[in-house]
Amino acid sequence: MYDVYKIRKDFPIFDVRVNGKPVAYLDTTASAQKPQAVFDAMRRVYYEFYANPHRGTYYFADAITTAYERARETVRQFINAREAREIVFTRNATESINLVAATWGLQNIHAGDEILISEAEHHANLVPWQHLCEISGAKLMVFPVADDGDYIAEEFLARLNEKTKLVAVSAMSNVLGTMFPIKEITAAAHGVGAKVLVDACQFAVHYPLDVQDVDCDFAAFSGHKIYGPTGIGVLYGKAEVLEKMPPYQFGGDMVENVTFAKTTYADIPARFEAGTPASVQAVGMAEGIKYIERIGFEDIVRHEEELIKYTNQRLVEVPKLKIIGTAKNKGGVFSFAVGNIHPQDLAFVLNKENVAIRIGHHCAQPIVNRMGYNSLARASLGLYTTKEDIDALAAALLKAEKFFREE
Amino acid sequence: MDIEELIENFSFFENWEEKYQYVIDLGNKLEPLDAAYKTEEWKVKGCQSQVWLVPHFVNGCIHFAGDSDAILVRGIIAIILLIYNDKTPEEIKSIDVMKIFAKLGLEENLTPSRRNGMLSMVAKIREYADFK
Repeated sequence: MYDVYKIRKDFPIFDVRVNGKPVAYLDTTASAQKPQAVFDAMRRVYYEFYANPHRGTYYFADAITTAYERARETVRQFINAREAREIVFTRNATESINLVAATWGLQNIHAGDEILISEAEHHANLVPWQHLCEISGAKLMVFPVADDGDYIAEEFLARLNEKTKLVAVSAMSNVLGTMFPIKEITAAAHGVGAKVLVDACQFAVHYPLDVQDVDCDFAAFSGHKIYGPTGIGVLYGKAEVLEKMPPYQFGGDMVENVTFAKTTYADIPARFEAGTPASVQAVGMAEGIKYIERIGFEDIVRHEEELIKYTNQRLVEVPKLKIIGTAKNKGGVFSFAVGNIHPQDLAFVLNKENVAIRIGHHCAQPIVNRMGYNSLARASLGLYTTKEDIDALAAALLKAEKFFREE
Repeated sequence: MDIEELIENFSFFENWEEKYQYVIDLGNKLEPLDAAYKTEEWKVKGCQSQVWLVPHFVNGCIHFAGDSDAILVRGIIAIILLIYNDKTPEEIKSIDVMKIFAKLGLEENLTPSRRNGMLSMVAKIREYADFK
């Protein structure tokens, strides 16, 4: 039995009162709140065995190296990668994607090649490719989505050809909530010899990701969205692909042998982890993953799907509210507009009512524009979200609608 | 209406709803900005909504016209223009806008963390005053 109220007790931030009242946190898509277990695990490192990993020959250094590598193994299991060395720790998903663009991309993308992305990509899975195209002379191709935000296989396939060298697509849109069929997309892309990068930032929070099943070549996600700390992210890459890639940054820890004449580089994944890594954050992220696993995706998905239904029901009650992104297969992300009310005005009233949502272009300006807006309001769900949070959202939206209604 | 009257009016409100309903009313009475000025050129950068600000230099003073597509921001613009309009550049530079907003109980609109762009607008006004 999924007891969301008990789960919330694991998250210290929900004890916070703003102006004497609790906060309905509906911005998990931007960043998730963190359970106590994450703080405890990170504190344990600092209190009991903190040192620089991989460098020492003493107890602390051994202990933190073990913890750091265990975190890698936790991530491996979480996404079912074949080997732990296929897991590269980065700062966040943005860095993971930039790493691929700057290494594999520069090596493999040339003038005349094409990179294919969806219209609904986050800037992090768009701008690095645009930049790569500018410097390589390749062409950025974009496949459109339907008016309701749904994936259209024909549109994707129509732009996939032997010139396509990379397909970079989100598994779940951070604006529309649309789930893209990444397994099907990967199979088609491999059919023309293209590599596939999956932006799993949103998907990995809500659903189990199996990189072997999907068969993607790369996947990227961030620790802070999966209930872990900021400053740590993951790049998954198939070992045979990573092995052929040159280093990303240069310095300590990524080398094998250094002389003034010549430096040879370490094996994967160390080759891509130059400098002192965010070891404590890696341990924290692993703890976030373990927290998800202790509850179990089966129950999380059931809870969130029930909430998705409930949110749809409650939002319909708000006059002139339009949900942007109503694909059949969508996760707990609700972008919406209320008549002509500017999202900034909406957010002002919602903030007064202690309802935390995001407004703006959500770092995905092209898709917000494509849906006909400059700015949208967005409420999003997490494993700790309650019906009361949604009630608070609906009540605040009703109040805002009335407040700004033109007489 | 001058700023002292405005401060007095604001002192009667008991909750944010009344206060901001009045802000909206002020926005509704804002002198309209000619649509020809609603272009990139006159946009104030760094706002979550669209904000336009146009200076007219008249007899050594500056008269500003402004607008926004967000209702509350339009109201705040009306107040900012009431504070700054038809003053000399020296007068403009001597105004402590934060102090006035504190007296109005609207200081939350000028904090750097609030990305409604009103601080950028004030900076832009002072920039025009410097330029003159």
